Amino acid sequence: MMKKLFAALWIIAFAIGVYGVAERTMVGLRATGLTSYVVWGAWIAADIYFIGLSAGAFLISSMVYVLQIKAVERIGKLALFTALITLFMALMCAWSDIGHMARFYEVYVHPQFRSMLTWVLWLYSAYIIILISELWLALRPDLVRWSRFPDIRGHVVRVLLLGHTDVEPTTLERDHKRLRILASAGVPLAIAFHGGMGALFATLIARSYWFGPIYPIFFLTGALVSGTALLSAVTAFWWKGQHGDGEETVVFLGRTLLGLLMFDVLLEWAELSIPAWYGVGPEIGLLKVILFGQFWWMFWICHILLGVLIPLFLLIVYPRNRRRIGLAGALIALSFLSVRLNIVIPGLVTPELSGIQHAYLSSRLTFFYFPTAAEWALVLFVVSIGTALFFVGYHYLPLFEPASTPARGQGAHMQREAI
Amino acid sequence: MPDAQSETRRKFLQKAASTIFAGLALSGAELKAAPTGEESSEAGPRPPFEIAAQAEEDILIHMQRDLEKAMQKPVQERKWGMVIDTRKCVGCSSCTVGCVMENKLPPGVVYRPVIDMEVGEYPNVTRKFLPRPCMQCENPPCVPVCPVKATWKREDGIVIIDYDICIGCRYCITACPYQARTFDFGERWSDPAAKGPDGALALGSGREFEGEPNFEYGKTWDRKDSLFNIFPNSPIGNARKCHFCAHRLDVGMLPMCVTTCIGRATFFGDLNDPQSLVSELSVRNNATRLKQELGTEPKVYYLV
Repeated sequence: MMKKLFAALWIIAFAIGVYGVAERTMVGLRATGLTSYVVWGAWIAADIYFIGLSAGAFLISSMVYVLQIKAVERIGKLALFTALITLFMALMCAWSDIGHMARFYEVYVHPQFRSMLTWVLWLYSAYIIILISELWLALRPDLVRWSRFPDIRGHVVRVLLLGHTDVEPTTLERDHKRLRILASAGVPLAIAFHGGMGALFATLIARSYWFGPIYPIFFLTGALVSGTALLSAVTAFWWKGQHGDGEETVVFLGRTLLGLLMFDVLLEWAELSIPAWYGVGPEIGLLKVILFGQFWWMFWICHILLGVLIPLFLLIVYPRNRRRIGLAGALIALSFLSVRLNIVIPGLVTPELSGIQHAYLSSRLTFFYFPTAAEWALVLFVVSIGTALFFVGYHYLPLFEPASTPARGQGAHMQREAI
Repeated sequence: MPDAQSETRRKFLQKAASTIFAGLALSGAELKAAPTGEESSEAGPRPPFEIAAQAEEDILIHMQRDLEKAMQKPVQERKWGMVIDTRKCVGCSSCTVGCVMENKLPPGVVYRPVIDMEVGEYPNVTRKFLPRPCMQCENPPCVPVCPVKATWKREDGIVIIDYDICIGCRYCITACPYQARTFDFGERWSDPAAKGPDGALALGSGREFEGEPNFEYGKTWDRKDSLFNIFPNSPIGNARKCHFCAHRLDVGMLPMCVTTCIGRATFFGDLNDPQSLVSELSVRNNATRLKQELGTEPKVYYLV
């Protein structure tokens, strides 16, 4: 029943998503509610939301492959796969947002390394390479086993293996060493590109709401919170019934999530309270917009209630309850989009020169922005594609380690029954 | 490499400039034939006439003379600047309209809006006007943020955009403290006009206007629609900004907004020439610049 409901929802989401893609393709950026003043909106917010999930999930995977924390070693591959899918989703959003989609290659042929955006995009690219390499190394023993299948899956896997079919213990040990090196290199990379994403906003002297040193740290913490939350939800709800308990992992993720969430709230308090304390200064207007403006519910309901208070209650009162930890994770992961929207849009909705909003009238020269149906639809398309990929990976890839198998002893997969 | 059409345009502009000077001569300005001789390869085109100073002459003539003088210098020795006398500005927006016509700007794109400020409380109320072109900053925050080097400061100080490279990420728009960059979404004047009460008339003139190409940066941009808007024709999908009418300057003409200012409130010239009108005005005690605290060093001054 649940599967049918999920399938029906997915088909609806995908169909709506196709409308968004068609609008973006045929009408271009006119399909958006963006203006010449509010130039970034739902797609950029979704981009940093998904990239945060990716960086967070990747940093959790590094707990497995670098720090070798036992409690999470069984979700190392799941974390890597989640990081890859959410990265792909982020790139789809970012690519849709640029005016000349066909010119994206210019970032590689004419890079300007003073631009924080160039750094972020180049670090993204390096991150993709590391992520795919890590996932390939982590999954290789299973892929070797699948390569013996006579069906299409066997053919695909044989191509993916690139001829590396050796699963001798020495080879697996070498793979593990390489995996650890890549994971170690990936940690500063993930910190750099997501901190860089925060710096992309924080370095803009023109925008008092964004300008300042806290944003890179804020972005990193947000990535860890949302990524851990997503993994908590997936592990709590999806693991059960397929591969045994995983109780210890879920509880560990819940505790980690609680600590990260509290630190994130502390940073947010600093971010909001310091410029507002005496009630004067350039940010007061912006803060009023966020807290009491037209979209007050985005902050108070979506973020504070659903993304902070309820999860805090669940994580503090039920620290060992798997379903409640999963629920807290799902609430945080989903509602974190509101945090990203509240970063991107308020930074652009107040005029930098007073009165400019009335100087020359045009529907594209206003400071009001609300995403159009096409914008939501395209985000839905990205979500439906990401969900489908995740579903395929969950069903067809051995993303969860069996209880008896430590993450580093990947050769043990060979002894598992063929799926 | 300029194409044939832009070459024709350049010749046309040169002829138009000559005609204007001839008109000025009829009104009393003394014209002399320009001295002949080899020009510096880096200097701009030699203007057709040199205009001698006249008592109580129109400041446009003075600025044209400053412009011609500057054009004799190598490009790296020029520093174009603007001074706007807010006390003389009447808020007519003819500079805005002139700019829109010159650059064939579509809806949503504006290079020089005039901010209309109502100051005080009734009955002590007044209105002030602040035209806002691009500040052509000496330290432009919009330039280093571009991930693809599609925008830069020319040797004469004008900040320009290469529409053929710009990917339309709009990072530069967020980086400008003066909100002097706007985005070309591909809007058409004829789209909304057709729905208004004078729809048919507006639709006709709108279509005629937007069918005309513009000549920014010395090239011809026709802004035609493309079938798939993931491959729009530039400048659709690009950031756009005021460039002090660089294509006019390069053929010895003043920016359009300067020539259309009915109150003669906008001054333009070479800030590197201490005798130019803009240099004299920009060092006055009542000259100020916007957001000086940011260190952007704008080259647009306001007399207050």
